[in-house]
Amino acid sequence: MTNGEALKNPYLEKRLFANRAWVAAGVIVTLMFVSLGRLAYLQIIHHNHFATLSKDNRVRLVAVPPPRGLIYDRNGVLLAENLPSYQLEIIPSQVTDMDVTLARLGELIALDEGDIKRFRIELRRKQSFQSIPLRFNLTDVEVARFAVNRHRFPGVDINARLGRHYPLGQRGVHALGYVGRINARELSRLDGNNYNGTNHIGKLGVERYYEDILHGQVGFQHVEINAQGRVLRVLDEQSPVPGKDLVLSLDAHLQQVAEESLGASTGAVVVMEPATGEVLALVSMPTYDPNLFVNGISVRDYKALRDHSEQPLFNRALTGQYPPGSTIKPFVALAGLEYGATWAEKKMWAGGYYTLPNSSHRYRDWKRGGHGEVDMMKAITQSCDVYFYDLSHKVGIDHLHEFLARFGLGRRTGLDATGEAAGLLPSREWKQRAYGQVWFPGETVIAGIGQGYMLTTPVQLAAATATMAMHGTKVRPRLLHALRDQESGAFTPASIALEEPVRLSDPLYWDQVVQAMIDVVHKGNGTARRIGKDAPYVIAGKTGTAQVFGLKQDERYDEETLDKKLRDHALFVAFAPAHAPQIAVAVVVENGGHGGSAAAPIARQVMDYYLLGKT
Amino acid sequence: MAVRGFDQTARHGVDNALLQAVHLDTVLLGSIAVLVVLGLVVLYSAGGADSTLMLRQGVRLGVGVLVLLVLAQISADSLRQWSPWCYALGLTLLVWVMLAGVIGKGAQRWLDLGVLRFQPSEMMKLAVPMMVAWYFSEKHLPPTPRQLLTAVVMVMLPAGLVAEQPDLGTALLVACAGLFVIFLAGISWRVILALVAFAVACTPVLWHFMHDYQRQRVLTLLDPESDPLGTGYHIIQSKIAIGSGGLYGKGWLNGTQSQLDFLPERSTDFIFAVFGEEFGFLGGVALLILYVAIVMRGLYIAARAQDTYSRLLAGSLSLSFFVYFFVNIGMVSGVLPVVGVPLPLVSYGGTSVVTLMAAFGILMSIHSHRRLLTR
Repeated sequence: MTNGEALKNPYLEKRLFANRAWVAAGVIVTLMFVSLGRLAYLQIIHHNHFATLSKDNRVRLVAVPPPRGLIYDRNGVLLAENLPSYQLEIIPSQVTDMDVTLARLGELIALDEGDIKRFRIELRRKQSFQSIPLRFNLTDVEVARFAVNRHRFPGVDINARLGRHYPLGQRGVHALGYVGRINARELSRLDGNNYNGTNHIGKLGVERYYEDILHGQVGFQHVEINAQGRVLRVLDEQSPVPGKDLVLSLDAHLQQVAEESLGASTGAVVVMEPATGEVLALVSMPTYDPNLFVNGISVRDYKALRDHSEQPLFNRALTGQYPPGSTIKPFVALAGLEYGATWAEKKMWAGGYYTLPNSSHRYRDWKRGGHGEVDMMKAITQSCDVYFYDLSHKVGIDHLHEFLARFGLGRRTGLDATGEAAGLLPSREWKQRAYGQVWFPGETVIAGIGQGYMLTTPVQLAAATATMAMHGTKVRPRLLHALRDQESGAFTPASIALEEPVRLSDPLYWDQVVQAMIDVVHKGNGTARRIGKDAPYVIAGKTGTAQVFGLKQDERYDEETLDKKLRDHALFVAFAPAHAPQIAVAVVVENGGHGGSAAAPIARQVMDYYLLGKT
Repeated sequence: MAVRGFDQTARHGVDNALLQAVHLDTVLLGSIAVLVVLGLVVLYSAGGADSTLMLRQGVRLGVGVLVLLVLAQISADSLRQWSPWCYALGLTLLVWVMLAGVIGKGAQRWLDLGVLRFQPSEMMKLAVPMMVAWYFSEKHLPPTPRQLLTAVVMVMLPAGLVAEQPDLGTALLVACAGLFVIFLAGISWRVILALVAFAVACTPVLWHFMHDYQRQRVLTLLDPESDPLGTGYHIIQSKIAIGSGGLYGKGWLNGTQSQLDFLPERSTDFIFAVFGEEFGFLGGVALLILYVAIVMRGLYIAARAQDTYSRLLAGSLSLSFFVYFFVNIGMVSGVLPVVGVPLPLVSYGGTSVVTLMAAFGILMSIHSHRRLLTR
């Protein structure tokens, strides 16, 4: 700003600015008239049109919820359906005195305290123009009684809605799950638009896992309503897209067989098709009726289920975590072979107990006198503990952990239902993390017989058994068999999810261990010989007994004197036919005692039904 | 340096002495006060004849007035010196938001400062025109093409960052505020025409980079009936509200569209529809006149400012204010896309109130500090 050229010329600048300001002012005034013109167009020229739209015939947008997809079993047996049910609904903004309305309605239609309480809660939460259900499942008599008196109740109406119903009731509930009324937390995470008009959402199991597929896409109607909010006619409609039907891999009859063979015992049965991973039956006993939950379970019913000593709501098949006990032995044997810690024919002397070098602690065998001279075959067939104490000590926890993890133990199988637990496959790192302690050699010893920290879920056991049956080919278990389009009826089969297979340095190891598992069932000294005697097909299996109650060093386990709750869990895993496996089963009978006597017969019944078709 | 025209000051006479002492402009303050009261009245109705929203907005307005009072005391000269720092700070915060912003409404706009959440993009509505005005304040006007280019970059950088958030409405306002300074600085009409032609040519490119929801808004504007369940529903309902208001309106608290919940977002972006329904065309005329009066007063203050910085800044802020209400009314009445611009001083919402009041504070300062300039 030193020479004349660059010197600012305030006069010129001011004139330049004034020039621009005038132009701007001109544009502003012009645009103001444009705006006013638009307002005049709407408010004066087309006033009548808009006044009609707003005053006489109110057009309201009504959501048309999509019908939820149905659920079938693999043979087309209906597991979940939608039944029309009449419900009494109120639009609060059209009710002048809610208390009077509720009192008068109560004279016509039975309303209990729970109905009114739930209604009042929703009344506070929802906007006043939204229809709130007051009573569900009205009878025909109630519908008729209200219809006659409808003129007395502005803002109250009966709507036919589709309600979820589970025709088989308790059967398969732990796989199927159920739908329930949408709660506040779900409301905040949902796409409000797509759930407009929908009151229910999958809460558990398949119903929840496949919620997006089952739900479909909401539709809308433009309806003309009168001043009282009653629908006069439908102007136009965008139809909802129904949710897709699910065809599950479950076999409802097999499910029934499995549930009935567990009988009054608590426990779980998981049945899989080894080649596809399809879950044929998923049982957790005792069970409960999902229909109770659909429209909000009553406090009394819920309390009864929650406080039931046998915990029917607890999904033992997916969430129940049990020590695998001796059912882990075939896998430990494989680890021993793979890492060269032993070979099948190698013999050892198995006394009544095992001790680590430089330690006096006695790890006892379940057989007091011991099994004498055993090789791997005999050790598996008779479930010799000492053999596996020794073997797992030789393999070491690092290899054991790594090898068992290949079978999917210690993590969720990825089954398409909710609530699956991961189980626990202990390792040095895990112990350091969880307890801040180093791993002790003794813990490796008991891991070899599936005790100690190790926990597995029945579905994990079934999946690992299926992998054993398939000689290492590993498939993710799933409940979905196919999707069915409600409109076209077209099926889309679910694909097999292959996972990283278990590869062994010598495939012969599979044959050796499987042969030992066949001996468990079919040899005279096998722990499950009772189910093998008359079996028309070859079964490969392994019994297990999981300790619930820790015995002191010199105590004896006496079933008779022990409280039932503290009795051992009985386990059994099996697949059949052993050389061309079509079915893999894992059975856990809580406090059932011995795997061979309590769990194996259940597996036999399930396999008989599936392979022979007899019940 | 420049020679100032003292004669004008003398001719202007003396405003109310007290207001002058606290650096306030009577005309502007009066218009704002009327607008604010009107806004609270409409908000009471839009809130369903419930005073909750109105009271909360009252508190925000109180904060806004405080900001206005403080800024009015700061001389334009100080503001000018701070301009580059404000701009730099704003730009830094924008980048910060982009990197670590809290996700609010699916878009990264908010900065969580523990006690309060803050939108840096809102700050840029002021910082950008301040920066460009500062840049031109020492230059020989009209600007050279090179200076022009620099100024355009200064505007487009923050506007681009805001658009990326993505907040198209605010980006538009930020860009406008900066471009107005350039326009007022006196670029030749030929350049303006060339730029407009360029902008038109760029439209397909812009379209390509738009987010889906932004494209949806443009498409819905062209044919609201095409999406009656989504965005189109807003426009259809607000047109019904405004149109059914007629010449005189349905009366305060009597708008059926708004009171019966047909109208979405009626206390925020679509509050003009409530106003139009309840106060009719005549009310609309009055409101528009009030708004235009505020803009004109702002332009008058700008024209009478004594240095380039004040003049450009005051002019830009006034024109920006115009864009605010013009775009809002345009979108609510269905002639402009729904870009999420609130109706200034009427819509419910805190950040925009504070920004607007700050802008008015600057205008008042520019107007009232004239005599104190001694340079």
